[in-house]
Amino acid sequence: MSARTPLHLAAEIGGPPHYDAGHYLRLARLAEGGALDYVTLGDSFARPGLDALAVLARVAPATDRIGLVPTVTTTHTEPFHVSSAVASLDWVSNGRAGWHADVSTTEAEARLFGRRSAAPPAALWQEAGEVADVSARLWDSWEDDAEIRDTATGRFIDRDKLHYVDFEGSTFSVRGPAIVPRPPQGRPVTVIDATSAPARAAAARHADVVHIRATTPEQAAAVRDELRAGAAAHGRDPDALRVLVALTVDLGDVETAPEPGLESGPQLAGRGTYFRGGPVDLADLIAQWHRAGAADGFHLTPITPERDLERIVNGTVALLQHRSLFRTFHPGGTLREHLGLVRPASRYAAPKAAAASSAASKEA
Amino acid sequence: MHLAAHFPGVNATTVWADPRSRSQIDFSSFVHLARTAERGKFDFFFLAEGLRLREHNGRVHDLDVVGRPESLTVLNALAAVTERLGLAATVNATFNEPYELARRLATLDHLSEGRAAWNVVTSSDAFTGENFRRGGYLDRADRYNRAAEFVATARELWDSWTPDGESRPFAHDGEQFTISGEFTVPRSPQGHPVVIQAGDSSEGREFAASAADIIFTRHGTLDAGRIFYADVKARLAAYGRQPDDLKIMPGVTVVVGDTDAEAQEQAYEIRRQQVSPQNAILAAEQLWGTDLSAYDPDGPLPEIDPVIDSGLVKGRVLHGDPFAVVARWREIAAAKGLSLRQTVIETTTRQSFIGSPQTVAAELTAFVDERAADGFILVPHLTPGGLDDFVDRVVPLLQESGAFRSEYSGSTLRSHLGLVEPVWKG
Repeated sequence: MSARTPLHLAAEIGGPPHYDAGHYLRLARLAEGGALDYVTLGDSFARPGLDALAVLARVAPATDRIGLVPTVTTTHTEPFHVSSAVASLDWVSNGRAGWHADVSTTEAEARLFGRRSAAPPAALWQEAGEVADVSARLWDSWEDDAEIRDTATGRFIDRDKLHYVDFEGSTFSVRGPAIVPRPPQGRPVTVIDATSAPARAAAARHADVVHIRATTPEQAAAVRDELRAGAAAHGRDPDALRVLVALTVDLGDVETAPEPGLESGPQLAGRGTYFRGGPVDLADLIAQWHRAGAADGFHLTPITPERDLERIVNGTVALLQHRSLFRTFHPGGTLREHLGLVRPASRYAAPKAAAASSAASKEA
Repeated sequence: MHLAAHFPGVNATTVWADPRSRSQIDFSSFVHLARTAERGKFDFFFLAEGLRLREHNGRVHDLDVVGRPESLTVLNALAAVTERLGLAATVNATFNEPYELARRLATLDHLSEGRAAWNVVTSSDAFTGENFRRGGYLDRADRYNRAAEFVATARELWDSWTPDGESRPFAHDGEQFTISGEFTVPRSPQGHPVVIQAGDSSEGREFAASAADIIFTRHGTLDAGRIFYADVKARLAAYGRQPDDLKIMPGVTVVVGDTDAEAQEQAYEIRRQQVSPQNAILAAEQLWGTDLSAYDPDGPLPEIDPVIDSGLVKGRVLHGDPFAVVARWREIAAAKGLSLRQTVIETTTRQSFIGSPQTVAAELTAFVDERAADGFILVPHLTPGGLDDFVDRVVPLLQESGAFRSEYSGSTLRSHLGLVEPVWKG
């Protein structure tokens, strides 16, 4: 990887639950001010908190550029509803939506639904991959120019440009087409945390952005290479994959006594490898890893969002911008544009249109 | 009087060929209509739901507006650009599970600070089920059993946190759902989101009387409205509820003109737009249950008999006995010398209230005064400007006469509707 590959930065804005929009809105605007690619908001049926996709839909009209990536689980939810909700988030944000696909592994979560028992992670990630697959197909099921409003023939749509997906998964099937017209980004961005092996397989096949964990630049580069090879093996363009190192960040107490480099500290709810230091140290670490070609960027989970996100944006990010290592504004409007990912053509579109996007034709 | 704004739907009521018609999917259209409704001090904004695109003769129906966003996501976004307006989502009880949906509704209530409503609908068709894990078919009785237990279970979840913010475990063991654990969302600002039931059948009325705050009904004559109103209100006592605990709100269409005569002309023109030549053939095919593409919309009605249960139409509920409706159409066409298209215009799409602002305001007020309705859900024919005239010209008259509020007195949808907060049952 060239050292000149643009750096991508994202931040988690979850933490102890808040039940009002204002808290999340402040954090999303802070991240937007730092020109970050996107914010994530974690979600689980297993712990208190609002529905994350709803929170980011509430944030969308009050922000302009920041990408919005809620966690959406695939184990006890309906794939058709998942694809509709993510597409709708893309519509209300004018093309800034992604989703972080995750699974529900516990028996306690299974009891909340009473429909199936807990299953091993491998089976759940197989299913999650299928949900990502069918979602992408549903997002493609309306071609971009399906709506014609042709008064001469009285037709609102050209129904030859709407497609059944006829998806048969291992645990569900979906007929299609989507109820939501093709989203502004074509396909909202799919994010998968590839820490576990089964998740890594799903990520190589279906994700646009992958979060990984590593304690050294060499380790990160190795995981990135493995993911890129996996993507290529599935007929995908490896350059259409963004690999971000996930770090849990504590910028709290250590203003003057830096602990350079990365150390393995206490794991926080499995959310990331732990960094403790000052904003400048974090900027140095990001610059050093990125220069070494270890990753396309970083996904930072501040240990105390109200305090640490402010320090990340006004300290770490400002320094990276000063060193011309990170953008100072969002030149594009959509999350795909922030990430340097093309807007894919629909896989169902006529070959001429599909050829316009190499990424889409490789995935089709 | 209570008023609500229905975002234009995916049927022939919505005119897309008019030059003023804008996107049915861009968020800006939702913002326009919601802000118009809030400017008019409406009680709430209402979104319908789609789970499978309608089909005709085995193909996706292409003559009406097609496609819409998922309602709860749009309403959460609208909470950011409105302050007082209630936000009502239609969500199917057949193809969802109580835990997740109760959580999404409670989330909307928190994020909107107490403005959420849920229009409970049920579905029984395997056609829609083809998009879902749930799949399959429910018979009519089971639909309402599931819906009733679904709503009851959602209320248990909404009550599972104490009003003081302490989470308590829940356990529900019923015919439809056996679930237990902890709910992830504290009791929401309204206690429970407002519950709407749409449908006029006897089961629907009973379900509304037992469990709903609003019944979204079809509009008819003043007399029919009074009979319906009395019937539904009388059912409440059996559930220990007061007549005011359930609001009756018919869905209505309104055409406002400078004069009554001008409004009538506009209304006819809108009906002509709604019934394009292609839509006239389609309406006839839906009734006859067979391919009529060879017929001329400007010619006479088909002389053949309708075909029963042909499976021609999917994803749309049909009403009435086709033979009786065909006979009525023939009578009207013969009496007035109407073509097929003119007959469709004549029979299927007459607007509920047509007239000058004064006439419309007076008629709406009469429906409420004479106990035929507690308010109205207005269904505009244009996206997104279809309520501009009503809000600018009729609402001020309703406010002057004292029939409708001039300002919101509270901040929650329950306060707009005059509904008390549900008693916490921990």
